Amino acid sequence: MADLPPPVQGPTAKEKKYDRQLRLWGATGQMALEDSHMLLINSGPGVVGIETLKNLVLPGMGNFTIQDSAIVSEADLGVNFFLEEEYIGGFRAEHTCNLLKELNPDVQGNFITEPIDSWLTQPDSLKPFTLILAIAPIRPELLARLSAHANATLIPLFYVHCVGFYSHFSVHLPSAYPIVDTHPDSETTADIRMLKPWPELLQFAKEKTSNMDTMEADDHGHIPYIAILLHHLEEWKKGHDGKVPQTYQEKTEFKTTISKAARTNNPEGGEENYDEAVAAALKSLKEPEPSSSVKEIFKVPECVLVNKESPSFWVIAHAIGLFYTKYGVLPVPGAVPDMKARSADYIQLQNVYKSKARKDVMEVLESVRFLERTTGRETVIEEKDVEQFCKNAAHIKLVRGRPFHVVQAGETIKWGERAKSIAQNLTFPDTLIPLYIAFLAFDEFVATHDKDRLSGAPKMPGETRQETDTEKVTGIAFKITDDLIKEAGTFIEEPDYTAVKERIGEFVQELVRAGGAELHNIASLTGGIVSQEIIKAITEQYIPVDNTCLFDGVKSKTEVIRI
Amino acid sequence: MANANISSVPIGSEGPRARWKYLDNILGRSGPFTDPDWVPGETVIESLERAKLLVIGAGGLGCEILKNLALSGFKDIHVIDMDTIDVSNLNRQFLFRHADVGKYKAEVAAKFVEKRVKGVKITPYCGKIQDKDEEYYKQFAMIVCGLDSIEARRWINATLVGMVDENDEDSLKPLIDGGTEGFKGQARVILPTMTSCIECQLDMHAPRAAVPLCTLASIPRQPQHCIEWAHIIAWDEERKDITLDTDDPEHITWLFQKALKRAQEFNIEGVTYSMTQGVVKNIIPAIASTNAIVAASCCNEAFKIATSTNPFLGVPDTENYMMYTGDEGVYTYTFQHLRQPDCPVCGDDSRARPLQVNPNSTLQEFLDGLAERPEAQLKKPSIRSEEKSLYYQSPASLEEQTRPNLSKKLNELLENGEEVVISDPAFPTQFKYQLTFKE
Ligand SMILES: [Zn+2]
Repeated sequence: MADLPPPVQGPTAKEKKYDRQLRLWGATGQMALEDSHMLLINSGPGVVGIETLKNLVLPGMGNFTIQDSAIVSEADLGVNFFLEEEYIGGFRAEHTCNLLKELNPDVQGNFITEPIDSWLTQPDSLKPFTLILAIAPIRPELLARLSAHANATLIPLFYVHCVGFYSHFSVHLPSAYPIVDTHPDSETTADIRMLKPWPELLQFAKEKTSNMDTMEADDHGHIPYIAILLHHLEEWKKGHDGKVPQTYQEKTEFKTTISKAARTNNPEGGEENYDEAVAAALKSLKEPEPSSSVKEIFKVPECVLVNKESPSFWVIAHAIGLFYTKYGVLPVPGAVPDMKARSADYIQLQNVYKSKARKDVMEVLESVRFLERTTGRETVIEEKDVEQFCKNAAHIKLVRGRPFHVVQAGETIKWGERAKSIAQNLTFPDTLIPLYIAFLAFDEFVATHDKDRLSGAPKMPGETRQETDTEKVTGIAFKITDDLIKEAGTFIEEPDYTAVKERIGEFVQELVRAGGAELHNIASLTGGIVSQEIIKAITEQYIPVDNTCLFDGVKSKTEVIRI
Repeated sequence: MANANISSVPIGSEGPRARWKYLDNILGRSGPFTDPDWVPGETVIESLERAKLLVIGAGGLGCEILKNLALSGFKDIHVIDMDTIDVSNLNRQFLFRHADVGKYKAEVAAKFVEKRVKGVKITPYCGKIQDKDEEYYKQFAMIVCGLDSIEARRWINATLVGMVDENDEDSLKPLIDGGTEGFKGQARVILPTMTSCIECQLDMHAPRAAVPLCTLASIPRQPQHCIEWAHIIAWDEERKDITLDTDDPEHITWLFQKALKRAQEFNIEGVTYSMTQGVVKNIIPAIASTNAIVAASCCNEAFKIATSTNPFLGVPDTENYMMYTGDEGVYTYTFQHLRQPDCPVCGDDSRARPLQVNPNSTLQEFLDGLAERPEAQLKKPSIRSEEKSLYYQSPASLEEQTRPNLSKKLNELLENGEEVVISDPAFPTQFKYQLTFKE
């Protein structure tokens, strides 16, 4: 029995401050955020990285470090909100860091003003960080070093361009990046198992539908729709060799049967619970089959071959895979949608599902324990993690992170297995792949031009010579396109080829027009998207971008491509 | 495409425009999508600096919008917000500090941005948008809206549509509106009377279906039902003389304990303080990231409209609405929302929207239903037919006189196919419906 209400513990100061976000990622997500330490390698006008940080300092990221050797100039004040006039001539890293720290006293901020070239060569310079955000322009050899670090240490690496009305980011996630808590739409999570009922559920249905015909109106109008569905399904089976409705026609007929069983001789002219049963009828006749992407997870090597070092995800996934092989279904998630019913009946039904879910969890847990013993695993997987996994089993997700392109001067860009599909999509009239190519060409320009002798900053196209640079970058972009088509082993026919080149030319022209400038709005918008992705990567919740996102601020559109 | 329009404005690191070096690259150069007649340079800069903008809301979106507009080169910005700063704002409303809790948002925000961005003037007004009249709204070139209330949006929308005078180009004020929920949001541009308006788009923001009163009263099943019961029924029964203040922790605690006790009576699990607060205050999760995305998208459109540096959303017969979803990868859907010819705000005045009703339902039930209909969402409606006053919320005498109609059935009050006019104090417009009886 439940106890008396406990004395009310109001929310803590922290819960109050973070209330609106805790409703999204919960206490565990918040803890992960507070344990993280992000490195921002800032460059160019330097706004998009700072705007990203703003959105991470506010919700309470534990620790951040800004590496930036730039000196604050007057031009910074027209585009960066986290600088003031009095800091002109000072280090941009220092002052942006200090003004960001003002946003949240719970956050630790640090800065490094040593030039990136020398700082990165120090051993262990990257060791403290759990996530890296690198802003273009950056010398290719440095970006390559960061990419290698991400590969070796499995920490997420983001690479961002923000130029004029356009932006881009790519994320290099670990090659096996699984997510349990994907936050699926609540409408997709109900799984009531009408075609795979267990004895207690059938018993419940029988109990609630016995002498249906003689029931009082009020009782009849409160039979939970799940009981109605099961009752009619059993009746149907009696008349169809024990089979449930198979064809579309049968299914529609089944639906009509239920619809006709509703009483209409009442003031409302119908019954709400029967309306619910009719609405759920067709869906309930679908086998509770896991999605192909979930079944795929059971087959990947990490899942099949668990060992003592395997992350807990794979141990639990393996155990659930065994469960699926045995029963042909995933563990019952246990949630019951709300429905017209009396309180006691609903709670009883809820308990039927909860007990079954519990039983399934115990069976999976047993397999997990067995795996732990046989592999000699040293840390014990917590029961609540197994429970959480079982609840979300139908919605787990595996992302295969991979390195993004690092454009090296004079080297042809390799698209690998992605060449074909990207070359094919290149001709779609609305695709932003041409914009991605324009950014690659932008990087090639940076890689092939000497740094500014005064500031040491990489030189960007269009800073002074708009027309010549446009021509240069267009030429590079065309070559990248032709190389891509060649690598894909295909060719694009006219007039499509000319159309593709025209679009690439326009993107390049608009990009070079900015002369490497950031527009504050585009930087802020991009910083918003990137910070969402960083929160996903840190909390291991929601579904991340895989692996490249482009934003076109002329048309106000994004596109995600896998490169 | 040829680079025929490229002109070069001197870009230097000194002089009065040194601060705007980056912005001037865009203001001073043509691009592939700028109009061939567009002349970059000084005139563009001038029109940007001259444009007077109004920002409605200084909350999560508003803080971002003010910062963005100031750093887009706008110089004369006004901001309206009636709210004061609460501690739960601090996780995203970055112009406020702990020491500002309790102060007016509009004032603190205006001061902060003025201090950070030299040369911008921000005029705050701490009050309601309804305090101001057409004369006030006339002074602005554009209105950028970052509100969480659908009522306020509808009010400003109807006001701006009503202000349009066909003979006066300046009477048309673009309305740029943003909204967020969790990892999702939208940004839209409205050219009143020319493109689909907020009222036309109301069905994009359907209200959550209310739980029937009888469920709350007698057959609760969910923890939320217990909370709503405490909120709607128990409070009125036991604390009638105290006005419920959802910001008062004592009040929330009382509701929480009531709800918890009821939940235990029915063996319902899951009532928490946080859930009580969420249900009672109708809290929508909000984070800095999404505010940043939506606010910047709105300001990007405002900037393009003011400068013609690129095409903008909302050009008649083109896309005017961007939907953003960030919880499953990143996805935007940018499309043209079409004007509704029978829109009660921007549509043809003489037209009534057809509506099917159950002739046996009472007038009260019909009016309650209006609150939930996505395209109506009216909370305090008054209604009259061609013949008579059916129900009026005020004045008190008329309310008393028409109250008996509430319990009458629709077929006792109206003919099949009769037109009714509904008004609501929250909106400057009337809603016309033609009611046909369901079989
Ligand atoms: Zn309209």
